Amino acid sequence: MKIAVCIKRVPDTEARIKIGADGKSIDDNGVKFVLNPYDEFAIEEALQLKEKAGDGEVVAIAMGTDGSQETIRTALAMGADRGVLLQTDVVAVNPVTVAKALAAELDGAGYDLVLFGKLAVDDDSQAVGTIVSELLGLPSVSAIGHLDITDGKGTAEREIEGGVEVVEFSLPAVLTAEKGLNEPRYPALRGIMMAKKKPLEVKPVEVSDEGIAVVELALPAERPEGRIVGEGPDAVPALIEALRMEAKVL
Amino acid sequence: MANVLAVLEQRGGALKQVSHEVLTAARTLADAAGGTVDAIVLGPGGVDVSGAGGYGADRVIVVESDDLSLYQPEPYAAAIVAQTQSGDYAAVVLAATAMGKDLAPRVAGRLDCPLAADVTALEWNDGPVASRPLYSGKAIAKLQLTASPCVISVRPNVFNPVENARDGTEQKAAPSETELRARTVEIKEPEKARLDVAEAPIVVSGGRGLKEAENFKLVEELADALGNAAVGASRAVVDAGWRSHAEQVGQTGKTVSPQLYVAVGISGAIQHLAGMRTSKVIVAINKDSDAPIFKVSDYGIVGDLFEVVPRLTQEIKNLRGG
Repeated sequence: MKIAVCIKRVPDTEARIKIGADGKSIDDNGVKFVLNPYDEFAIEEALQLKEKAGDGEVVAIAMGTDGSQETIRTALAMGADRGVLLQTDVVAVNPVTVAKALAAELDGAGYDLVLFGKLAVDDDSQAVGTIVSELLGLPSVSAIGHLDITDGKGTAEREIEGGVEVVEFSLPAVLTAEKGLNEPRYPALRGIMMAKKKPLEVKPVEVSDEGIAVVELALPAERPEGRIVGEGPDAVPALIEALRMEAKVL
Repeated sequence: MANVLAVLEQRGGALKQVSHEVLTAARTLADAAGGTVDAIVLGPGGVDVSGAGGYGADRVIVVESDDLSLYQPEPYAAAIVAQTQSGDYAAVVLAATAMGKDLAPRVAGRLDCPLAADVTALEWNDGPVASRPLYSGKAIAKLQLTASPCVISVRPNVFNPVENARDGTEQKAAPSETELRARTVEIKEPEKARLDVAEAPIVVSGGRGLKEAENFKLVEELADALGNAAVGASRAVVDAGWRSHAEQVGQTGKTVSPQLYVAVGISGAIQHLAGMRTSKVIVAINKDSDAPIFKVSDYGIVGDLFEVVPRLTQEIKNLRGG
């Protein structure tokens, strides 16, 4: 089974975000970058599927600056076989722009499955994987929490408001992983050592991002200072009074 | 002139409440641009769209087929794309629900046009200007869209529905002939239906301060007493296996904007605050008066949650009972 996993380098979820001097992007200084947390579930699923099939290849593909090589090495340390960096300094605002570059790399390469994390925790668009499926004309299911693949047919489950959708499809297909799809492995020391020797191909790509542009990036408005209504259970009546009379939510 | 296509959502043949929010967002753009709002809804025969005109739909295009009662990605996308090609649309507006988050990228991909996802504010300035949270709300980007059409999905619970009576003329359209590469076969409903954390008007969330999984019953009892409430959880307790990921609030869980958010035993990690800071009213109960959660809370009680929460539950029951 040949599986591509498309991954992204993103700021750690514990990182404080500061606005850069241009007022349109973040200040990278002092920000720790990590493999997008949802991508870990995609990589784990790919590794398990390859292990179950008994043979195959897992290819980690990232788009971004040279810094993304480190992110690809993390995927290789988890167990992916090789990596591809679609190298560009352009930070595309339109997810379709990113999807086009990835689709061009994936098209005709013979992948049985293309996996993504359901969203990247930087731009939060939750779109690129699904757009890739449309560009390639492949079936796709987004934000899956459960997956079964047997004899070239798949069944996936995805959470919707107040229920779970069950979706059937055939391979090849594009899937995006929700948290909880599996339990991602930590790279072992041996994996980290081996990752350094695994092939990582760097391919510069031309990117043209049109029709949408950032006018301004700002920190969210601070919430007005609240107040402590009291200490311990005796403060409960004062809280209820405030929720009824001031906030009017009870 | 620039018209807007609003994609409405039905479940079981009834329009979902979020459709009114989509119409309100679409109306904002169309009014500023001097255009009209067409609404489109896909579903089985007999979807009741009579409410759409009241929230600003000039026309409602109903695409009916028994095969469309569940969300089917390809025919849904095909019908919307077909409609955009029959009119002069500046924007397609959807809700960033489970359906919209899957459907919006498909439409943008097929139209090869820009997508602004999960938008929280809209203006018009020679084209849509959309604000959307990045980094789970740690920053807000204002985007100028210059392509026509473009696709915009709006975050649920943000655009307050505004009544705006229009004709809402119903017009039937035939579904496009589309191959179903992926087919939704069923929706499994949970046995005990509690409100979804992203949709509920009240959310009561628990964190590590509850000490062990079974103590979450305190949170559940408070949610039951409040009524109309969902149970949420911090990442720490989801990672510990106490609660399902469906309930997680924060950067790798759900972003919520309820009328009332009650944080029980949650210290307030950055990634959690990012997911709930747009709640209308926030209440925190925590024994540590320095906990960051108090910085974003409107009302706080410093104290032992094992004493405070049962008392709160009881007082709310008294209130509701009387």
